[in-house]
Formats: sequence, C-alpha cells, structure tokens
Amino acid sequence: MTTLLSVEHVTRTFATGGLLGRIQFAAIDDISFSLESARPEIFAIIGESGSGKTTLARMILNTLAPSQGTIRFLGEDISRFRGRRNRLQFMQKVQPIFQNPSEAFNPLKRVDRYLFASAYHFAGCRTRAGRQAAADDALKKVGLSLAEVKRRFPHELSGGQLQRTAIARALISSPTLIVADEPVSMVDASLRMSIVNLFKNLRDELKVSIIYITHDLATAYYISDRVLIMQRGKVVEAGPAREVLSSPRHPYTILLRESILSLDDVDNAHPDSAAREDKKTAS
Amino acid sequence: MDVALSVQNLRSYYLMGYFGIEREVRAVDDITLSVKKKEIYGIAGESSCGKSSFIKTIAAAIRPPLRVLGGSIKYNFLDRDLYDLDEKALADMRWKHLSYILQGSMNVLNPVRRVRESFKDFAFPHMQLDQMQFFDVVNRHLERLHLSPSVLTAFPHELSGGMRQRVAIALATVCRPEFIIADEPTTALDVVVQKDVLALILEMQREIGSSMIFVTHDLTVHANISNRLGIMYAGRLIEEGPTRDILREPMHPYTQHLVASLPRIGDLTPKNALSGAPPSLAEPPPGCRFHPRCPLAMDICRQAHPELTTLAPDRRVACYAVSPLVKPAADTAAARKATKAEKSATFLQ
Repeated sequence: MTTLLSVEHVTRTFATGGLLGRIQFAAIDDISFSLESARPEIFAIIGESGSGKTTLARMILNTLAPSQGTIRFLGEDISRFRGRRNRLQFMQKVQPIFQNPSEAFNPLKRVDRYLFASAYHFAGCRTRAGRQAAADDALKKVGLSLAEVKRRFPHELSGGQLQRTAIARALISSPTLIVADEPVSMVDASLRMSIVNLFKNLRDELKVSIIYITHDLATAYYISDRVLIMQRGKVVEAGPAREVLSSPRHPYTILLRESILSLDDVDNAHPDSAAREDKKTAS
Repeated sequence: MDVALSVQNLRSYYLMGYFGIEREVRAVDDITLSVKKKEIYGIAGESSCGKSSFIKTIAAAIRPPLRVLGGSIKYNFLDRDLYDLDEKALADMRWKHLSYILQGSMNVLNPVRRVRESFKDFAFPHMQLDQMQFFDVVNRHLERLHLSPSVLTAFPHELSGGMRQRVAIALATVCRPEFIIADEPTTALDVVVQKDVLALILEMQREIGSSMIFVTHDLTVHANISNRLGIMYAGRLIEEGPTRDILREPMHPYTQHLVASLPRIGDLTPKNALSGAPPSLAEPPPGCRFHPRCPLAMDICRQAHPELTTLAPDRRVACYAVSPLVKPAADTAAARKATKAEKSATFLQ
C-alpha cells in the first residue's frame, strides 16, 4: 500500500511584531497525518477561523514551505519539486478549489479561459479542439456543459455554477488529490448540497482523494470519512468522522459540536409558541 | 397585537434604459407583510432572490436604478408613508428609530479611522448629549455587549471578525431604536462565534424591546432567532408563518426542499439538491416563478402566479398544489399596465 500524501511533524511559524518586539507565532504546530492512495477518501480538516486550516492547505499545495517537518507526496518530499517542469507535474496531481468562487476567477476574464489554460498545461492538449473536448468532458462530470460556460464572464454565472466550474477546472488534469478550502461556505444553503454531493461522486467514481477544509460540522459529518479537528494550529482530535463527531471527547470538539445550530432548536428557542401550539390543538 | 411595520403590495424594480432599450429587473414584486411589535421576523431565501433589495426599500436606502413603483410602507413611529418623508425627516428617523446591522461588518466600519469615529458619525447627532456624556453611554453600552471600552481606540483591522460584528451591533443598538434590520449578520462568522453573536442580538432585542427583520439564507439560524418566517423566491414572498410551523411542516415545495436538504449530525440519508438555477429577475418565467424547478408543477402554474393566500391564522402560502383555496393573483395584468404607466412617468421626470 503506497502513501499518497504524508504530512510529517509539520510546523509553520510566522513572525509578528516590530523589529524589537518580534514574536514567533506557530500557525501550524507539529501536525502529522497521511492519506493512502489505494483507498480514496474525503479527509475533513475542521477548525474555527485562525486555527491554521488555510496555512496547512497552502503547504500541501506547495505554495508555502513548512518551517519544520516534511510533506511527502507519493513518497517524495514536495519541497524538492523545483523548476517549472517538476512543479507542473506536481500541480497536475494536486489541484486546489478555493473558498469564494467569485473571487477565484478574474472578473475581467472569461471563465472558459481558465479551463483551456488548465487543459493546455496539465492535460497536454495542444489543439483547440482537444482543449474544448477536455473542458467539456470535465464540465460534464460536474453537471454542466461547455455550451453553458463558453465565453461567459464570472458575473454571468450563478455562485453554484461558478463553484462547479472551479471544480471542473481542477478535474481537467485528472488529479489524485484535491485540496478544497471551504468550498461551500460562500455558496447558498440550497446549492450547498449539490456541491457536497459532487465531492462524494468524485470520491466514489473518479477515485479522487479530497482534503475538505471546513468549519461546518454538519456537512463534514455527511460526506467525510476521517476528520482532523484543529485548534490554534494543533490537532486536538482525529479519527473516523462519524465516531469523532457523534461522540466527541476533547472539550474543544464538544464546544464545536454544541455550537452547531440545528432545526431542532426551534422547539427550545420558542417555548412559548410551542406551548401555544399545544394549547391550540388541545382546545 | 400592535403592528410595527406594515408593507402593502410593495413593488420596487431596477429600471434601466440604455440607448432606448429598457430593462426592468423585478427584485421586489408585490410583497405584503406586517411585523408586530417586539417580534423578530425572519426572511429566508437564496442569493439574488431580492432579499437585500427588499431591505433597502423598507429602509428608504434605495438609489437609482432601484425605484419603488407601488405599494406603501408604514412604520408605527411615523405618521406618514416612508416615501412621503423629506430628506431631513428621513435623516432624523434613521438610527434613532430605524437602524440596521449590515452584512460584512468590515464594510460598515471605516478601515482608516478608529472605531470611536464611527460611533461619532453614526450615533452622536441623534443623542442630544455632549461628547463626555455620549461616550459614557457608549462605554456602558459596550460593556453590556461584553466588549471592553478599549475597542473604541482600535482600528477595525485590529479586531477579530466576531468583535467587529459585536461593534456593529453596538453601533446599531446604542440609540435604542424601535426597529432594527439585520442583513445576514452572522454569515461570515464561524460556528462558535456565530452562536455568541446570535445570543447577543437576541439579548439586545429583548432589552430594548424593538422589532426586528432578520435576513439570512441559513434556516438553522432562523430556527434559533426568528418568531415568524417569510420565505422569498425570485422577488416574491411564497410562504409565511410562525418559524416552528414552517420548519416542522413546510407547505410550499421550495420550502420543503430547503428544510429537507439541511445536513445534520446523526443523519446519513442522501440529501438531494434541487435541479436548475434560480430564475433571472429580468425575465422571470410566466406564472409561478418556481415552476421550472418544481416537482409538482401543473398547467396552471405555468400560466398565472398564485396569490399568497391565508390558509390558517398566521399562515400564508402561494402554491396551487398545497390547497385548492389558492387562486391566481387577479391583479397581474392590471399591475403590469400600471407599472408601464408609472415607469414612463418616472422616466419623464
């Protein structure tokens, strides 16, 4: 069994303060986990704002070097990937999806341009017809088609369509790992499930492993296989998703779990209206 | 029960005319609702369903191309319709009687000025106090919101998202207004902070005894805060009722879908998303605006839009499939004609 991605004792520090009062601040503090390539899974990283989720994602994407520790992709240290060719090869296998689709795309450029550029660089499509076929193929996987997206600017597509286009772009290179940084937090509640279900399909049908970064425990419970709960750069709890989220042990996980709002709160939030209802039905 | 706000047949459209080509975007189309005193009225709906346009209209904060084409807005603290007031009366009323907590508190606070300057800008002119007394009141108010008075000397970027949101709430409630409008105040916050902020809003609202319109697309937030809930779809109100009834027994197919699609911990049944996309408000489909995505669509749905019909006390719904009592709205054609006339009048002005 080969290891797809292994994060080994990774630490990342940032310096804050002025020249004299310089403080080293650990955004990520000694984190380790690994993903197996034989078993594609959705691995959720959960934490509040400022817990270092995005820093971790950037290190896995190799846009930020860890201060200590190594990240290995298919056994190779990713900090060794220097030079354009090596980096392109790495990017072909590991693709990002960002939080806000309307900010991820340049508002002055057409959306299809991103798809064609990805096809050109990562799928090796040197002809225009080849690029269009690759883009169309990827868009079909997310329930769109090139005809809907072609020559459109970002403002002409809805948030859900844009986020699905972003996912399609990531799929063009047929990656083995997708790093999705809060992919549904800017998408409406009614469209959220279409994106979340899409991730499930990607895992089951295309055998893509997904690192799903979120602060939404309910969707994490719904789709992920394993979770890692982070607080201020440290891992406080990790394990199978259902187990950790249904019976959390660490106080921070319990706090997160209790902070989720639920539709069932409606009875507690309106005891008077519930009581009135009961009286009404009784009379 | 006393009514704090009553909105009758409100229509406000974005009217654009470029090179003789006229376009109208029907962002708020024929909305009638009323908010009782000391009540939190929730409005839910996806992005671009007209929620924000509706709020801007009832707060008299509209700018062209958004224009009010018909209907009335009456607050209990005003003797006239909101749009009959002159500029000065509006400025006096804002913040003193009607205030808002906006989406994205970073945009409310001026990034290059300290927080105390924002307080001076917003609230000082309405309080009739000298500066010492004013900041005394502000400090006491901040304490009640669990903020230290030192936030006044901070710049917005020095505060965390949750603190900024609490500052925005403090700003909106310091004059103890009768009516508060909250537009997605918790959307950008994470779960732990969100819960605190909601508790704070609720506490403040109870203390001041104000009425509130609370807008968010997140139904779980509504479950915790709203007394009554109105669901908007493509510029129209499609269902309204007490929050508990709507979430427990949704009637409109769109509401049913919204409620059913929410994931919960401990529930692994597949959740399906609705197919299709919300309609463009520039060219809404004829008839019921939800029919292209509706699983129950019938012939009549494609022809005439259903009227928001009272089916039970406090429960209104606009869907033919729910009850035979729901009839097509009679005024569609007449309203369209009136709109045309009014529109040309506005253009002539």
